[in-house]
Amino acid sequence: MADLTTTFCGITSPNPFWLASAPPTDKEYNVRRAFDAGWGGAVWKTLGMEGPPVVNVNGPRYGAIWGADRRLLGLNNIELITDRPLQVNLDEMTRVKRDYPDRALVASVMVPCEEAAWKEILPRIAETGCDGFELNFGCPHGMAERGMGSAVGQVPEYIEMVTRWCKEATGLPVIVKLTPNVTNILGPAQAAKDGGADAVSLINTINSITSVNLDDMSPEPMIDGKGTHGGYCGPAVKPIALNMVAEIARNPGTLGLPISGIGGITTWRDAAEFMALGAGNVQVCTAAMTYGFKVVQELISGLEQWMDEKGHSAVSDIVGRAVPNVTDWQYLNLNHVTKARIDQDLCIKCGRCFAACEDTSHQAISMSPDRVFEVKDDECVACNLCVNVCPVENCITMETLQPGHIDERTGKVVEEHAADWTTHPNNPSAAAAE
Amino acid sequence: MASAIRKEGVSSGRVDMDTAQANFSDLHPSYDAHEALVAADRCYFCHDAPCITACPTSIDIPLFIRQIATGTPEAAAETILEQNILGGMCARVCPTETLCEEACVREAAEGKPVEIGRLQRHATDTLMSKDIHPFQRKSLTGRKIAVVGAGPSGLACAHRLAMHGHDVVIFEARSKGGGLNEFGIAAYKTTNDFAQRELDWLLQIGGIEIRYGHALGNSITLEQLRADYDAVFLGMGLAGVNALSLEGEDKENVEDAVAFIAELRQAQDVTALPVGRRVVIIGGGMTAIDAAVQSKLLGAEEVTVVYRRAQDAMPASGYEQDLAQKKGVRIVCNAAPVGIEGNGSLTGVTFAYTETVDGKLVTTDDTFTLPADQLFKAIGQTLAGAPADVVLEGGKIAVDGLGQTSVKGVWAGGDCASGGDDLTVTAVAEGRDAAENIHATLMGA
Repeated sequence: MADLTTTFCGITSPNPFWLASAPPTDKEYNVRRAFDAGWGGAVWKTLGMEGPPVVNVNGPRYGAIWGADRRLLGLNNIELITDRPLQVNLDEMTRVKRDYPDRALVASVMVPCEEAAWKEILPRIAETGCDGFELNFGCPHGMAERGMGSAVGQVPEYIEMVTRWCKEATGLPVIVKLTPNVTNILGPAQAAKDGGADAVSLINTINSITSVNLDDMSPEPMIDGKGTHGGYCGPAVKPIALNMVAEIARNPGTLGLPISGIGGITTWRDAAEFMALGAGNVQVCTAAMTYGFKVVQELISGLEQWMDEKGHSAVSDIVGRAVPNVTDWQYLNLNHVTKARIDQDLCIKCGRCFAACEDTSHQAISMSPDRVFEVKDDECVACNLCVNVCPVENCITMETLQPGHIDERTGKVVEEHAADWTTHPNNPSAAAAE
Repeated sequence: MASAIRKEGVSSGRVDMDTAQANFSDLHPSYDAHEALVAADRCYFCHDAPCITACPTSIDIPLFIRQIATGTPEAAAETILEQNILGGMCARVCPTETLCEEACVREAAEGKPVEIGRLQRHATDTLMSKDIHPFQRKSLTGRKIAVVGAGPSGLACAHRLAMHGHDVVIFEARSKGGGLNEFGIAAYKTTNDFAQRELDWLLQIGGIEIRYGHALGNSITLEQLRADYDAVFLGMGLAGVNALSLEGEDKENVEDAVAFIAELRQAQDVTALPVGRRVVIIGGGMTAIDAAVQSKLLGAEEVTVVYRRAQDAMPASGYEQDLAQKKGVRIVCNAAPVGIEGNGSLTGVTFAYTETVDGKLVTTDDTFTLPADQLFKAIGQTLAGAPADVVLEGGKIAVDGLGQTSVKGVWAGGDCASGGDDLTVTAVAEGRDAAENIHATLMGA
């Protein structure tokens, strides 16, 4: 039986599933119930400076996009950090950690970009018994306008500076939460590492407008006729998050830096994918906000089953396993030739492959009067679009041509050895490299 | 009401008013908006979709479903209605399980087609509830066309002609329009006076006058219509009914199923309609099923449909047969009536089992008698009152692919004309296409 116990940058939890810093971790009541439900850890809703707390809007805080049956695909929020007094949060954290010593309790923190502010608050929070800190350099709305959140996360120099202050202020692990609202995630990640961060967590939410109210001509969520950009999360952002995690995991400068994966994790499979791409654990928010804390039961049972089936006994066995296979385009094997194959027994004759290929791709699928769809090998470039638009799973698959076969499209024999763009004759730089 | 159900003979009031209302409520209640979105999402938007090919009126089904899915059911309705002006009724009565939904690729994939009929109803009901008529007439041509019969084919023909700018006069034998939509369809398929509401809505196009109480052969003749109008369209349906040709057929409570169905549709209070304790229906089509199910819903204790061939040959769709059996109707196949029993009033019907010998259906000596106090004949309708000078084919008015009859300037469509199934949707297609050909002929296009 797989053991899901996870130690992430020195913090041990019974499983790798933490609740991300967000409304689900806003208060003692929620976090106790989350831990009772089985969550391995929680990053407490971001704490701010002592003094009058921030205020939130009193209209809608969330916008969403849905599938046809109201399946929530993406969520956007304009909520700020905790709007409760600092001491109230600290007292509650103390009680929770005392009663759940085996769970990870991490404090998310966001204070102004001043050394004294960070150095003052961290030791005070550490008195709660929390296991570490997560520096919120990610929130893209509201706080950023005040020089915090993603306003810090978008400037690598600030990240490094604040991280260093924090490492000087505490002996507890410091996790830097990164914003995806940058052109290259490696700069902020490198800065965090250079500042001494024990780990990074990503992604925070993505700047977004989920929809426009076409009656009132305002972005949603609409507050008294106006809207603002909010932070986008949920299943829709997962591919973006996966890429950023993978980039950090494979980049020589940041390789080995522990990563807490965040971004649309809804099922055990999502979690396993993040971990395969280098995340040491994962944080979940939208799935809990959509379905409640109970989803953790499926995350645990699913990951356990899959690990058992694959023969992995520890979480560390799976972390980063797919990273060696993440590469640059130029290193992809151009001698690997595939062709689409349509299983006529499975085909339901909807013709979507034909429409997609004929109208928008390479005119490589034929359609007979009695609706038989067949691939024209001499036109098929193996783009995979037909596979993706086919409503029947495994009806269209890609067949790899074996070496020695002729690719009817190019008329060339499929070669045995791999060859990529770096050595391709069409590459002007290829000759120079030789 | 147990005692009322067991009352011998033909009697009204077998079910109370609440039961009757429940029994005759909408067979397929309409989707609410969210249900429609979920149902619409199942459509794959097939290329050159098989459902379009399967629809006699060639409605662009994937397009209208996508229009529903994107929150514009009114636009969806227009897509439907421009092909089929009676799309609202067809959404209710089409045997979709043998047309569009049978062709749906999801039927092939998982035995659960997209519910095209109900989606069509959602779209058309949405538009009609707003009392929007999305079509306008083109500039007037000054041409006048006579249409005989205000049933589906006549109305579809008239509407299309009116759209092209022609003026239309419809001559209708009955005192109400709609044809079989009004008189020939089970009440639970078209509730709340839908046929008349649809007729009123259709007439909003303008340029169509309906003159009631006129049938060919009494107050009007084809000769006169040809003289007075630029073209004539015949869509008078099948007014005659086939007889069993058995002794005793003239007994009381031996009736035509079509008359029973019509009477039920026109009844203000269905509980006042008399029905037998034991009802036998002879026939295997939709009329037989409609009469049988409605007998059951009126409180008949035993209802039996007897069909002379095997069950898989029944003209009624599998869906209709299932519906009948679910309502408690018994279906007996391979039996033909040979005797109407009763010394005085009807007491039963005797059948002989049938066999197919050398491709011909023959009766055997093996007989049985079903007790019955009411017998409905549903063995087909026939053309009645066809003008003497039009050529018939298989008992119907012969038409070519354009709907033209043997008489110049006379077109025909719907059940009275040769070709196509006797379905509302087929009648609409034939009326519409005849109108297009009339228009092309008149305008020299």
